[in-house]
Amino acid sequence: MTTVSATSARTPARSAVVDGLAAAERLLTKLRHDPAAISMTVGAPVVMVLIFGYIFGSAITAPGGNYRAYLIPGLYATIAANILPSMVAVARDNSRGVVDRFRSMPITRAAVPTGQALATALYGLISFVLMGLCGLAVGWRIHNGPADAAAALGLLVLFQFAMIWVGIYLGLVIGKEETAAQSSILIFPITMLSNVFVPTAGMPAWLRAIADWNPISAVAAAVRHLFGNPVGPTNGAWPLEHPVIACLAWTALLLIIFVPLGTARYARR
Amino acid sequence: MAAIEAAGLTKAFGSVQALDGLDLEVPDGSVCGLLGPNGAGKTTAVRILATLARPDVGTASVGGHDVVRYPQRVRSVIGLAGQHAAVDEDLTGRENLFILGLMHHLGRRGARARAAGLLDQFGLADAADRLVKTWSGGMRRRLDVIGSLIVTPLVLFLDEPTTGLDPRSRADIWATIGTLAAEGTTVLLTTQYLEEADRLCDQIVIVDSGRVTTHGSPGALKDALGSRVDVTVADGADLTAASAVVVRFAQRPPSLEPSENRLTAAIAAGAVTLPELVRELDAAGVAAQDVSIRRPTLDEVFLDHTGERAIEREVVA
Repeated sequence: MTTVSATSARTPARSAVVDGLAAAERLLTKLRHDPAAISMTVGAPVVMVLIFGYIFGSAITAPGGNYRAYLIPGLYATIAANILPSMVAVARDNSRGVVDRFRSMPITRAAVPTGQALATALYGLISFVLMGLCGLAVGWRIHNGPADAAAALGLLVLFQFAMIWVGIYLGLVIGKEETAAQSSILIFPITMLSNVFVPTAGMPAWLRAIADWNPISAVAAAVRHLFGNPVGPTNGAWPLEHPVIACLAWTALLLIIFVPLGTARYARR
Repeated sequence: MAAIEAAGLTKAFGSVQALDGLDLEVPDGSVCGLLGPNGAGKTTAVRILATLARPDVGTASVGGHDVVRYPQRVRSVIGLAGQHAAVDEDLTGRENLFILGLMHHLGRRGARARAAGLLDQFGLADAADRLVKTWSGGMRRRLDVIGSLIVTPLVLFLDEPTTGLDPRSRADIWATIGTLAAEGTTVLLTTQYLEEADRLCDQIVIVDSGRVTTHGSPGALKDALGSRVDVTVADGADLTAASAVVVRFAQRPPSLEPSENRLTAAIAAGAVTLPELVRELDAAGVAAQDVSIRRPTLDEVFLDHTGERAIEREVVA
């Protein structure tokens, strides 16, 4: 048998980049083979826009009069906040021994989860574009300039990147694919408990307080603000009055907490 | 130099004592089999040696590197195929190996060439471009083992490499391990199949309740257990009479298998000769159909050492 040894010198920085790119390529190659996942990516935004935009929208009076113009930015926020794909993927790798295999290799510890996060974020970008196309088709418009629109997209990508790390950490903690998939039932109410679908002003005070401080509300409000869509009443809640800052603050907080947690959990032995 | 050295490895998970002072020394270039019942601590031992877990107490080194202090050095000289086939079902076989090649810093061209070479060498080239989820269990397991060979390891850990495989696939894995061993890779494998250990290993370590109960070469282990007598009688009614004869030479009461009209007994080496035994049986009026004195099988060695905790001895190979 031919004997092979690694050719390149393993300097830490170079290693991290090579390992991270390999981990990202792994995930992207998997997605390419998985037509179901791709059709979910294409189909989910369409279904969400149809269900919420027309079924709920037919009965909801929205700020600014056009419910779908209010809803679409909210749906952007739900996509950005969706931790399921990364959580399930990591739990799956963990239960199948793939995480152990990577742990037993001389790979930079943070590289694999980081690569995974980057690949998932790239995939999320496709979802944002598709959601945007759906939105345009049902009457959602960007009213501010391209700079604000780019800023909105940037916020979404950043927030999603942070949420992917939450998913990576929870996926490792849960460790089993089935359990991770089942937890979607717990995640859904967290999304509902926000200003994504309806303004929070009509909720009971205690519920409104939770919804106003839900990070997803800040993201939705920030995106609405930047795209120039109806924002709804802020109820004097700080995150809704300063949505962009609140969104950045939430993102930073999540990254500060979950990147070290996820990395440490990945390296744990 | 010993490729693997461990002294006093201890590890508890809650109230379960997985390892309880395990010692191990595997010479460079040899194949060592960790043999033991479920829960004996085999997998925990492999996980500690492969840097996936830390021991509570004790030290271990692999390839001369301390597993606790220098895990990254250990990782650069080992390969691991864990208990599950750690392959990506949603990738093709070729892509699985290609990604691992990238992670081993072979570069894109190098990783591609290495994947192709390994797939050819281990007879998986035909299936290489199909998604692994369409592969048989045996093929997946082989891919998993091959995945630990991307960069030829000094020490290869295989945790139950053939569990659940059909005989054909098992033979393929055996051939793979044989090839590696012949080229000087040190292999530590865990198994519940005694035939496998007998066939592949230079040294067998029997583990029970987190410690080594016995170790030695397969031959030495069998020698240490003396011989076995099998007597098959034509008429089942003679079995008791046959037992009464055999017990005179045996270390323990013979075990009877009435459904087979057969009894088996452990005897000290040289306790009785075959003609002597046949004469004794004949004198007792037993119509023996088949009488044999043989070395114990590894199964019998294994049962002796894991079933009866009292036996704790060391066999020098």
